[in-house]
Amino acid sequence: MNEETAKSTDMQAMAESMIEIIDMHKWFGDFHVLRGIDLTIHKKERIVICGPSGSGKSTLIRCINRLEEHQRGKIIVDGIELTNDLKNIEKIRTEVGMVFQHFNLFPHLTIIDNLALGPIWVRKIPKKEAEEIAMHNLEKVQIAEQAQKYPGQLSGGQQQRVAIARSLCMSPKIMLFDEPTSALDPEMIKEVLDAIIELAQEGMTMIVVSHEMGFAKSVAHRVLFMDFGQIVEGNTPEEFFENPQHERTKLFLSQILH
Amino acid sequence: MEAYVQKKSAEELKPPLTSVGVIGWVRSNLFKGWFSSLLTLIIVYCLWVIVPPLIRWAFIDSLWLSTGAECQQSDGACWSIIPANIRFIAFGFYPYDEQWRPFAAMALLVALLFYSRNRNHWKKSLAYAWILGLFLMGLLMKGGLFGLIPVETTQWGGLPLTLTLSIFGLTAAYPLGIAFALGRRSKMPTIKMLCIVYIELIRGVPLISLLFMSSVVFPLFLPEGVTINKIIRAQVAIILFTAAYIAEVVRGGLQAISRGQYEAADSIGLSYYLTMRLIILPQALKIVIPPSVQQLISAFKDTSLVVIIALFDVLRTTQTVLSDPKWMGFSAEAYIFVALIYFLCCFFMANYSRKLEKELSTEEH
Repeated sequence: MNEETAKSTDMQAMAESMIEIIDMHKWFGDFHVLRGIDLTIHKKERIVICGPSGSGKSTLIRCINRLEEHQRGKIIVDGIELTNDLKNIEKIRTEVGMVFQHFNLFPHLTIIDNLALGPIWVRKIPKKEAEEIAMHNLEKVQIAEQAQKYPGQLSGGQQQRVAIARSLCMSPKIMLFDEPTSALDPEMIKEVLDAIIELAQEGMTMIVVSHEMGFAKSVAHRVLFMDFGQIVEGNTPEEFFENPQHERTKLFLSQILH
Repeated sequence: MEAYVQKKSAEELKPPLTSVGVIGWVRSNLFKGWFSSLLTLIIVYCLWVIVPPLIRWAFIDSLWLSTGAECQQSDGACWSIIPANIRFIAFGFYPYDEQWRPFAAMALLVALLFYSRNRNHWKKSLAYAWILGLFLMGLLMKGGLFGLIPVETTQWGGLPLTLTLSIFGLTAAYPLGIAFALGRRSKMPTIKMLCIVYIELIRGVPLISLLFMSSVVFPLFLPEGVTINKIIRAQVAIILFTAAYIAEVVRGGLQAISRGQYEAADSIGLSYYLTMRLIILPQALKIVIPPSVQQLISAFKDTSLVVIIALFDVLRTTQTVLSDPKWMGFSAEAYIFVALIYFLCCFFMANYSRKLEKELSTEEH
């Protein structure tokens, strides 16, 4: 499918908002990490967030599934507001998949058990069915033949693809990627990005924190640039890369795009 | 630089005779340099001086099935003290005619333990087998049903007592210790505080003083006329004591688990309970197998301290035999025998832990 037409058909489905963040603040102790984030993400929208380290981009997406607690403002995910209510949090977490920089697979379980765990214990699906779901998703990331191995026996790229498949087993409505390729050897980055791109083509709503600018250009509907806990600039990838408005964005792009 | 091209590939040769086989092993392990040769000679001399007389005492001049009087005449070891008194050493003051009962109970216990060794047998039916087994053991020991003569717990002693105190002590202390470890890491300040106070208080007190308290101080708090069995009180003291140590061992394991594991579990929506049960504890407990077993072995040996509150465990029954004038003076033999019993039990635990570690390893398969 042509990238451009894929994007434009998706655009029509994006009327409804999936995530709404309103004037959200967060502090680590005295340190003001997020300073008033306002962001609406629509259904099937794909967003890439970039920015220097310490700018709060990881913290922002970690707030969306409550791995971090925000102290002011509102976050509404799929119509549910994130509060201290544990039931709400667990419900949102089953709808939001997350892929981490360091994979965070469970090393004491085989690949298939890593994947089936969520469906069995959280979704209460019978074991056999859960394993079918797991195999289906492993095939999707092209790693089905490794199902009986342990995470420690796989390469970094393979582990990250397993981690993506693990999130998919919960049939999430939103996927969050926290620097999914930053801990990988260069020759493994492509296989992971390909898995994410395939997911994109299926119309998954996703937020990716990444510095892979080529990836951002081809996949994102919107690229956001963050610095000092604020969203400095957000635009379509074409505009963002060709015609950045803010001084800080220009400087950042000139540094990473050599 | 001169160019080099290999003309002919080297053929494979056998290593020189002096570097392989027996000669090679002796040379590299016993006589490598003058210092190692000297050490080897010294050790050989020491063994020459110690081992033959020891063998002579223990096996050649020894008596195995004689009376105490015959033993007094002999130079060798008097192993006869053990067969002659084995039933008292093993069962203490348990009524003589009923001693098949504690024997059967112990046989049942050992059978269950060996069966449970294999992790493939860990099924629900095994749990029922244990419950039924424990019930049967209790029935055999205590009697009072099915025509078995009731035997007061004050008459229990010897090996069954040692095994009861240790096995119940350890199986109850382990989960309790895990609970305290989790409590100490809890985000709820009251629970955290309580666990810290408990662990530090118990760790700061010797087991002997806890046993004294359980036998002397604790009854003072009970209303008049109410007494709690002495064995149970000692048992509780051992459980509470061991749990505090296990808690710290387990906490060490919990700290070794990275934050990423918690986050991954959170992000698929697992509750706290499921996260601990499925993700964190299986990994943490695997890490702490060696120090846990160390703790369990030491707790097992500590059960011998119950002598100070006049319970007749296997060490105490042996000492009682030694105070019999007929067998006076053969304490070495008796203590070697008891040491052997303790050693076998501890060796079983250590061995099992090694096996478990190997089975649970996920690195090489």
